[in-house]
Amino acid sequence: MDRSKPSALVIGGGIAGIQAALDIADAGYEVYLVEREPSVGGRMAQLDKTFPTLDCSSCILTPKMVDVGRHPNIELMTYCEVVSVTPPSRGEPSWSPSPSPEGGDEGGVFRVRVRKKPRYVDVKKCTGCGLCAEACRMKGRVISRFDEGIVKRSAIYVPFPQAVPLKYTVDPTACLYLTLGVCGKTFLCKEACPADAIDFEQQEEFVDLEVGAIIVATGFDLIDPRTKPEFGYGVYPEVMTGIEFERLSSASGPTMGEIIVNGKEPKDIVFIKCVGSRDPHTGVPYCSRVCCMYTAKHAHLVRDKIPDARITVFYIDVRAFGKGYEEFYDRVKHERVIYRRGEPAEVYRRGDKVVVLAEDTLLGKPIEVEADLVVLATAIVPRSDVADVATLLGLKRSSDGFFQEVHPKLRPVDTSLDGVFLAGCCQGPKDIPDTVAQAKAAASSAMGILTRLEKDRPA
Amino acid sequence: MALKTEPIAEQLELFGCIQCGKCTGGCPVARKTVLNIRSMIYSMLVEPELDVNAHPELWDCTSCFTCVERCPKDVRPAELIISLRGQLVESGRIPETIGAALMGIFRQGNPSGMAREDRAAWVNGTSVPVVSPPEIGGGRGGAGCETLYFVGCIPSYDPRVQVVPRALVRAFTAAGLDFGTLGTEESCCGNEVRRMGEAGLFEMLVEENGELIRSIGASRLVTTSPHCFNTFKNEYSLDGMEVLHYTQLIAELIEQGRLKFSHPPHLPGRPSPPELGGTEGRQGRITITYHDPCFLGKQNHIFDEPRAILAGLPGVKLVEMDRNRERSLCCEGGGGRMWTEGTNLEERLAFQRVHEAAETGAEVLAVACPFCLLTLEDAVKVQGLDDRLRVMDIMEIVDLAL
Repeated sequence: MDRSKPSALVIGGGIAGIQAALDIADAGYEVYLVEREPSVGGRMAQLDKTFPTLDCSSCILTPKMVDVGRHPNIELMTYCEVVSVTPPSRGEPSWSPSPSPEGGDEGGVFRVRVRKKPRYVDVKKCTGCGLCAEACRMKGRVISRFDEGIVKRSAIYVPFPQAVPLKYTVDPTACLYLTLGVCGKTFLCKEACPADAIDFEQQEEFVDLEVGAIIVATGFDLIDPRTKPEFGYGVYPEVMTGIEFERLSSASGPTMGEIIVNGKEPKDIVFIKCVGSRDPHTGVPYCSRVCCMYTAKHAHLVRDKIPDARITVFYIDVRAFGKGYEEFYDRVKHERVIYRRGEPAEVYRRGDKVVVLAEDTLLGKPIEVEADLVVLATAIVPRSDVADVATLLGLKRSSDGFFQEVHPKLRPVDTSLDGVFLAGCCQGPKDIPDTVAQAKAAASSAMGILTRLEKDRPA
Repeated sequence: MALKTEPIAEQLELFGCIQCGKCTGGCPVARKTVLNIRSMIYSMLVEPELDVNAHPELWDCTSCFTCVERCPKDVRPAELIISLRGQLVESGRIPETIGAALMGIFRQGNPSGMAREDRAAWVNGTSVPVVSPPEIGGGRGGAGCETLYFVGCIPSYDPRVQVVPRALVRAFTAAGLDFGTLGTEESCCGNEVRRMGEAGLFEMLVEENGELIRSIGASRLVTTSPHCFNTFKNEYSLDGMEVLHYTQLIAELIEQGRLKFSHPPHLPGRPSPPELGGTEGRQGRITITYHDPCFLGKQNHIFDEPRAILAGLPGVKLVEMDRNRERSLCCEGGGGRMWTEGTNLEERLAFQRVHEAAETGAEVLAVACPFCLLTLEDAVKVQGLDDRLRVMDIMEIVDLAL
């Protein structure tokens, strides 16, 4: 990379980070894209279709993942974490990178230390053939977080087949050798690898970067539905979350897109919205903004795959505010999806079904709806390590826990730190169009700084 | 009686209600009567007046507080019912039996109207230390105690329930606990009084009981009933005194090794189970299921201690009903429902509940609340399940294993 030009750091390789990195790189600046997981893609890679156009999520995302992987101006740093950030300390920002980390505190430069976690796989040698995972003694025994626990993988893995980079990683929490110090008499993965890429001697490394701007795109978590114990999540296999349903419905998911619950196709499907959202008790007083639309999409997907299904959506309000959203809601209702107004109170077992107990507030009476599948639209919450990241960067957080922009209307991607910008759900719940728009805004703001630094560069 | 709605809506801050229906959806009695608290809140917001006399179903509420626990917007729906009952109490238009219970508490300190001087008769020969405030000097001569045991009205007077305080006293004594009771000085805690809408009487009880209890100088207060526990813990101010339900204290004594079980509980009329490891079923381990009382579980989140006691008993296997912990079904004994039938006499939640218990295959339905003990035992008899299911308080079972 060209060290004479100012560069940017993007933290988080979901759709927000990917888009921001591409925009900055296309403008001719260098970008370090740091992602803690073994692959970029983030939440969007987990989704089946996207509302309201029903584009296949990975079909529109994968080309962008490939682009960041091979862009000459992007240094993709997957399985890496930012461990320290020293902001510019004095004077007007100007771009004068020091020859070494000890070289002083020139204005305008963030000094960033990145930890490269050991993959125990030499990425230069790994061809992504997957023979190691086939051979692993833990094959089929390690929970796949990407597939939301629906399937189990090996201890050496790629999170999903379209991963970028398509390089295997040893899961240090599951590998027998790394956890117990011994894995049989010989390493089955090493024996299986034709490229001799597996290297258990690998150690973590630290890389020091100097950047002129930082974009934070660290994404979101979903609330644990066990915080609403009345819905029986974790008790009944018929009760799952929206993101689990995405994996179940995805053509590239563990069931190849077949909706199967308890070994059979569900006929009575109930969707429950606002699970945790709009509820100060759970610490989520806000609306999660995407659940109304993805639930409508889920209902459509069920209708598409199970034409004779009886589909009920329980709602308090329907918020279909985006371009094409109300029209999509109309379409789904015409597909014989029954919307009933009322937030269900409880789920319990009856024979081989579960019963959803609610008041239909428009009828004004309590009702029971039997179901083979209950999908909970769980609230979007800040990532579990949001406080650590805030400390690391010196970011402020708003009362909802997300990172705070400087001005909610007029400076929506700026932070109180010059040169640090926000993109995507780390700033608050938002859908993909809004996330991409915000990523492009953050990229544009970052490029403004990079351009100024470049112009002011001492000759 | 037409009631102006606005002052009540303001006082109870009903304006934040989003009419989601979670309250009525989860209300256990809404499924058997016309009680619809969500729609009643709506009326309070949009109608100028409400005719409370037109709503006899106000007395159906058991104050299980499922609605309060689950309301996402902190509206506290059950408090509206309590407030409206208060209006009825003030105007005197209340069910006769509710009036009698309130009068009994006012005159004799208990809802059954039993003589105050008989309040300690439950001891039935058991040696029970009685403590009094220093200025009275009775009991132990004002010596006080570390743990004050509040027996409660039903355990004091109801012959079926009296075995529970006796068992507790035996356990306390066995554990070497420094405890005492208030003897005949004890009065109703007022938990149900408040929920029946008699705010004035409740205030009086809080004042009198609070003064008496604080004067003992004990560091802990332990109750038989989750109902007494709830009001002492959440509605009294007892100068930092720790308030415990007995299941918490017993679990603690077991944990500390101060209370040890010597053998599996010998249930009367049942062949003794072989020692640990015996086969399950009639001749083997005793299978017990536990019913979470609303005032202990849902309202105060005490789920684990009762289970820990039961699961720790030798020769006992604890099984769960499908609806347990936060999803436990109310027995319909709370909120004054011990003294009034409500508008639907045929269907009882206790009937449904004992069938759920029987479905688990358990021989014993364990409870930790005097009201649950009475309502569920009655239901077992009425439903003809008494040949396969017996209802017992946890302390009765513990007592048989000491």
